[in-house]
Amino acid sequence: MSQHDPHAFDPATVTSVTSAALEHAERLGCIHADIRVERIRSQSVRLRDARLESAADDTEVGVGVRVVHGGAIGFAATVEVTAEAAVRLVDQAVDAARTTALAARLPVELAPEPAHGAVVWSSPYRVDPVDVPLADKVALFEDWSTRLLASPAIDHVTASLLGVSETKHYADLSGTEATQHRVRLHPVVEALALGDRGDGFETMRTLAPPVGRGWEYADGHGWDWEAELAAMPELLAEKLRAPSVESGRFDLVIDPTNLWLTIHESIGHATELDRAMGYEAAYAGTSFATFDKLGTLRYGSDIMHVTGDRTVEHGLATVAIDDEGVASRSFDLVRDGVLVGYQLDRSIARSSGLGRSNGCAFADSPLHTPIQRMANVSLQPAPGRGPSTESLIAGVEQGIYIMGDKSWSIDMQRHNFQFTGQRFYRIESGQITGQLRDVAYQATTTDFWGAMEAVGGTDTYRLGGAFNCGKGQPGQVAPVSHGCPSALIRNVSVLNTREESGR
Amino acid sequence: MSPGTGRRGVTSGLPPAHDVIDQALDKARGDCVVIVEESSEAEVRFANNTTTTNGLRRDRRVTVISFYETDSGVAAGIGRRGGNADVADLVAASERDAAGSPDAEDAAPLLEPGVKSEVGSGPGSSSVPGAEAFDHGPAETDLSVLRDVLAGLGGAFARAEAAGRVLAGFASHAIETVYLGTSTGIRRRHAQPTGSLHLVGRSADGSNSAWVGAGTADFSDVTIDQLEERLVGRLAWGARRIELEAGRYEVVLPPDAVADLMVGLVGSASGQEAEDGRTVFSAPDGRTKLGEVLAPLPFQLRSDPAEPGLTCSPFVVAPASSADSSVFDNGMPLASTRWIDGGRLARLRYHRAGAARSGQTVTPAIDNLVLELPEAAGSVEDLVAGTERGLLLTCLWYIREVDPATLLLTGLTRDGVYLVENGSVVGAVNNFRFNESPVDLLGRVTEAGATVRALGREYGEWVNRTAMPPVRVPDFNMSSVSPAS
Repeated sequence: MSQHDPHAFDPATVTSVTSAALEHAERLGCIHADIRVERIRSQSVRLRDARLESAADDTEVGVGVRVVHGGAIGFAATVEVTAEAAVRLVDQAVDAARTTALAARLPVELAPEPAHGAVVWSSPYRVDPVDVPLADKVALFEDWSTRLLASPAIDHVTASLLGVSETKHYADLSGTEATQHRVRLHPVVEALALGDRGDGFETMRTLAPPVGRGWEYADGHGWDWEAELAAMPELLAEKLRAPSVESGRFDLVIDPTNLWLTIHESIGHATELDRAMGYEAAYAGTSFATFDKLGTLRYGSDIMHVTGDRTVEHGLATVAIDDEGVASRSFDLVRDGVLVGYQLDRSIARSSGLGRSNGCAFADSPLHTPIQRMANVSLQPAPGRGPSTESLIAGVEQGIYIMGDKSWSIDMQRHNFQFTGQRFYRIESGQITGQLRDVAYQATTTDFWGAMEAVGGTDTYRLGGAFNCGKGQPGQVAPVSHGCPSALIRNVSVLNTREESGR
Repeated sequence: MSPGTGRRGVTSGLPPAHDVIDQALDKARGDCVVIVEESSEAEVRFANNTTTTNGLRRDRRVTVISFYETDSGVAAGIGRRGGNADVADLVAASERDAAGSPDAEDAAPLLEPGVKSEVGSGPGSSSVPGAEAFDHGPAETDLSVLRDVLAGLGGAFARAEAAGRVLAGFASHAIETVYLGTSTGIRRRHAQPTGSLHLVGRSADGSNSAWVGAGTADFSDVTIDQLEERLVGRLAWGARRIELEAGRYEVVLPPDAVADLMVGLVGSASGQEAEDGRTVFSAPDGRTKLGEVLAPLPFQLRSDPAEPGLTCSPFVVAPASSADSSVFDNGMPLASTRWIDGGRLARLRYHRAGAARSGQTVTPAIDNLVLELPEAAGSVEDLVAGTERGLLLTCLWYIREVDPATLLLTGLTRDGVYLVENGSVVGAVNNFRFNESPVDLLGRVTEAGATVRALGREYGEWVNRTAMPPVRVPDFNMSSVSPAS
């Protein structure tokens, strides 16, 4: 399925640019240098009520050079892809290392990584989403939107698509040279229904996650769009009529379409070791899961097993070689409910003494320096067949079943979070008895995961994710996937969002 | 303004922006808009009392918007490429997309040159709104603009280590130079400098933390020493720790916190979205709340390209369309816009086509934001002095919309919540998660101080140029305690 990328740079150009830079870096005495030559093509389309609001094609190109020189790090980048420009970047990066070293009090060192030679890799896809003519995309979205608008239950429909095709050439002084091509796609449709008196509204969005797949995803490979769109009008009408939730404590059965985001925020970011060691204190924040608690912190109940990987098929963080030349792999973060690992880049792997990096360096653009970014962090399903979502619901006396993500917020140490969702179903005596409105759940990370009584089996396991995870200064956005089963969490605080607004 | 001379520029192999625009317009078979965005950026991060990553970059994006006339209207096609773009190919691709697209909902005749901006460049501004500088190269920056910051950091790190403090932060400077050309003859250029400095101090055990930040055009008005002095004062307040429960509290919001709330409010001020019934500014039956009183105090919330100290692009630059911004409006002069005036909702964003459909005033977005209560005076310290018992906040974080119908936002207090008793800070309090609507909050403000430059911790990254007053709210909803510090 993987194929030659026709939009890759000419290999001779890439080699001339990377060799010129690396040779110059070696001459200047850099103990490490890496260079990325990238072309990132994307296409965004947005329709409002079945009419095209905006469509744009974007191609970002550039070269980024990072050096370790004199115990300091330096980075410089430009959009000009020539050997001359790359040599100038090395000079500038060395100069940046020297300049900022004036205020440095700790030398920068990178964990060792063996050379991987020449690596060529592509994510699996059938049709590069950016190669599909715009008119075909608009036609599909017009069709989806028109069908929804035909329902008397729906007043407005917005539909948007972002497709990305990313080609990245990486080379470093150790001799690793990787050429990697990834595609990803996120189609989204949201319907809005106005209340009878014209003064309230509810929305419902497709639960289809963004994925590392080609245009075939929009054609139904990996998601049943027809079924989801067909069910939406009635589901939205029911939601609009649904009673407002009474705030209190409830048992929650959380669908993977909602739980992935809770995992992302309360486990994914909390187990980034650069955060835990204070390197994001001014921006993204730190972590309650501090380094001294490795191997002892009780993160959650005994059934909690969380892994990080950059290897899963169709995963948005999946690569062969990361942006520091480290081979991708899978690793444990939480085992039997205890914190046992962190996500690492080479600098933090070295300063923490944990040995090799586990491959979590990423730069979202050739013009940004690589930083530690999230792997696909996933909650493992129950071993064997495991429970179905229905059987998890059957074990709840008074509770709520939550599907789809919407609003999210968590504090800077990843303790206190609040999430809403797309659909909330009341559970009474093990049965679903209809939808609820205005639900938000609030908890503290370790309380929440400690109250996880059961996880579903592999049949309930799904990959969710996002294109837009933010971290770093200047800000970078990373795509990342999270797999998880349905899960039963006991006795969680549920708020009514109308009451919270004081109305 | 620009510390670099261009000598250090790394895009010297690229053709000049004005040539790219002329070439693209020359190749275009129909109406066309070309935007070249050049940016030059330098930044340094620091944490754990040492510098960490840094960066120096030169970017160029070329956007070609082609228009294709049909029997029933006009379709638009947009192509955007980085670096040394193949102009002929880019024009052809955007023309292909235009020909394959349905008629644009936001179609309007392209603007003609000669429409002068009502605003000029104020004193100290680098804005060059006229055509006279169109063939000038892009303004550049480099790490030399941060020389004093880096020099100051060396001493600050040493003092921090001696005092058991841990410093982290970020200093960045960017200059974006935008060139705009249209097939109707418009040629405009604007150079926009943007800088910010963030400093966070924590006690060695991480239990006590404080933040100070500032927006700046050129780092001439901000130093590490000033920020460090404010930071040390804040950390001293944290020597006494006080645990408080969730609940409604009287709070004094400093200008930086108000900035994030007002940016959130203006972000929802789309006319089309309000008419669709999906925002806090929607009224029943496709109407909006324009003209309604939002606050009993006569607040003015405005954006003005000529705002002293906060000057920004005096013309529309729209590389893509949205519900309230249109590629057809590129080059339109911008004037002072009062979003809220005398406490009433006065403007929502409309592009020309939307404004014509709705019978409203054309109102494009502008890249700064000022909240002012006429005649108000006093600083955040004065509001604290007038507080019998309440909380003084520092900044807000992880702000996300919970319910668009009320614009209910959730988020956290961060890096400093202080208990005030009888006019003085008596200690630092745990953090809270809040659930509040900025629209409701504005209506509940009982007192405001003088407007000063502010930097939102959350949205300052995107909206750097803001000026806000400190305000008092008697009943701020702290929904739960956050154990984070």
